Amino acid sequence: MKRPIARIAATATALAVAVLLGACSTATTTTGTAGVAPPKVKEMKKLGAGEGQLNIIAWAGYAEDGSNDKTVDWVHPFEQQTGCQVNVKIGNTSDEMVQLMRTGQYDGVSASGDATLRLIYAGDVAPVNTALVPNYATISTFLKKRPWNSVSGQMYGIPHGWGANVLMYNPKVVTTAPTSWGAVFGGSSAYKGKVTAYDSPIYIADAALYLMKTKPSLKIKDPYSLTEKQLDAAVALLKQQNANVGEYWADYTKEVQAFESGSSVIGTTWQVIANVIGADKKVQVKTVLPAEGATGWSDTWMISSKAKHPNCMYQWMDYITSPKVNAQVAEWFGEAPAQTKACTETSDKGFCTTYHALDSAYASNIHYWTTPQKQCVDGSGNDCTAYSEWVDKWQQIKG
Amino acid sequence: MSVPSTARPGARLRLAALLGPPMVWLVVAYLGSMAVLLVSAFWSTNTFTGAVVPVYTSGNLLALVTDPLYRDVTLRTLLVALGVTVLDAAVAVPMALYMSRVASPRARVALVVAVTTPLWASYLVKAYAWRVLLSPTGPIAWLTGGHSSGYGIGAVVVTLAYLWLPYMVLPVFAGFDRVPDSLLEASADLGAPMRTTLRRIVAPLVLPAVAAGSIFTFSLSLGDYIAVTIVGGKTQMLGNVIYGQLITANDQPLAAALSLVPLAAIVIYLLAMRRTGALENV
Repeated sequence: MKRPIARIAATATALAVAVLLGACSTATTTTGTAGVAPPKVKEMKKLGAGEGQLNIIAWAGYAEDGSNDKTVDWVHPFEQQTGCQVNVKIGNTSDEMVQLMRTGQYDGVSASGDATLRLIYAGDVAPVNTALVPNYATISTFLKKRPWNSVSGQMYGIPHGWGANVLMYNPKVVTTAPTSWGAVFGGSSAYKGKVTAYDSPIYIADAALYLMKTKPSLKIKDPYSLTEKQLDAAVALLKQQNANVGEYWADYTKEVQAFESGSSVIGTTWQVIANVIGADKKVQVKTVLPAEGATGWSDTWMISSKAKHPNCMYQWMDYITSPKVNAQVAEWFGEAPAQTKACTETSDKGFCTTYHALDSAYASNIHYWTTPQKQCVDGSGNDCTAYSEWVDKWQQIKG
Repeated sequence: MSVPSTARPGARLRLAALLGPPMVWLVVAYLGSMAVLLVSAFWSTNTFTGAVVPVYTSGNLLALVTDPLYRDVTLRTLLVALGVTVLDAAVAVPMALYMSRVASPRARVALVVAVTTPLWASYLVKAYAWRVLLSPTGPIAWLTGGHSSGYGIGAVVVTLAYLWLPYMVLPVFAGFDRVPDSLLEASADLGAPMRTTLRRIVAPLVLPAVAAGSIFTFSLSLGDYIAVTIVGGKTQMLGNVIYGQLITANDQPLAAALSLVPLAAIVIYLLAMRRTGALENV
């Protein structure tokens, strides 16, 4: 009995030594595709009959079937209209969505700008024939053919909605209403152990945005185009914040629960989370768009290149951007609808004004999630830090 | 001559049919996935799309050794796993002793049922129950006048110790049960007090069973990453770092390399426990 195990141990040791020796001579080899055309994937030419099934990945609040709030349901009407049975998988972060799409088991995804290009360049999504999506015609023009949803004029999806990440707080504990992100950075020690933050490397951009406005000496121009030095400054700020963070959230239900139980009282959020807490009526929360502006998202419904139910997916893309449904989603999620005609369908007539839905100048002031790349995404050079580096830094911040 | 020669292939065929499927499962599904894990630890990824590229690199394994983050997290995870094991052993040994030697047969059955029933409830339900218990406004804070340690590494140890307790109690209970009464009587006849009998007769005989239980508690804690996100506050364990590299960073090769750490820890632990005779007790 003793011998074989000893032999295995010896072999394992030898293997480990060989690996370490090999390590000295070879560096990490990586290849990039930035600047290269995405793999050729054919777009749909003609719509056919629905396949009876649809598997989609969506942000929480994008595909409601009445299970959160009985009055909030646009999945069942779609199923009745088209006969496509919808299976929704909630994606908590863009990275998770990319990972899920890569399995090839889903027909489509509501992708944010920090996932779209990764999906396009990996050939995970197909170009969209916008002629087959009638509602595309009346989508806000400032959302069409943008760098995050198209490649050389070819759309890779249908814009869905956009908005800003806002600051949420519990007014019972945070008695003076915060107006700056400083409340969760420099001033976070006031709520030590009860501060929360979004558990994703993309959150580094929030710290970078704050530094961009408060530390001009760092010369940050775009929170997604950070040089090594600028990234280090943002990381230092987040490490300082970490001392006061009680817990991070990635799963939106966790943030809901944390605010309701009082273990978190201030932190970044999506408007939909504040709405869910408001609907539960256990605690009162308020949200504010701080003076520094905010990071945000601009989401696009994309179709998988391996979609098993492409016709249902095209029907879904048209349905979800139809004026009435787009208005419903926008009001529930708390974001600006991409569909211009949705503004006449909202139950709150001032909704589109509140969210600046038709205001292209306002929209251009939000720093939309984008995948950081070595080739700076704002076009300022090629000495920026790539997303993989952000991920390592994020794990270091959490320690 | 003709009878055995025709019977033997039939018997062999039957044996093959019996053992074949589990062997295929073991080799293909279990060892195969292990091999894939080992191999993909040496691959690289496309820095932009995150897709796996089968280009050899040893950078991933080198990072395990050189990056202080992975060292800290590994150390923390090992400490949590050891803490859980010690806590479980401390609770399980007196409990199992009572169950096997003191309790009446009827009470014994009731206790065994009581120990095993929590296994019926979902892991998530139990972890969330601890989240509620430990919350700043929860029962523990109320009982202690607001002195609950709250979410963090201590909460992780307590929660995991609760979750894995049955896996420690049952082998230890069986271990106590196996100690022959004659040995205890002989010890008593020779004038040894109860304490000496426990120390010199029972303890050495039960130790392998405790070691067997510890294999469960140690390895289950080592791989856990869900309880820690529920009650751990901002604590990271190895499982979270692996999950982060796989799902968040989309860096499958580095995640595979990181998975080799708990694998190695468990192999070392098993080799250590083998000396106690635990493997014959599992």
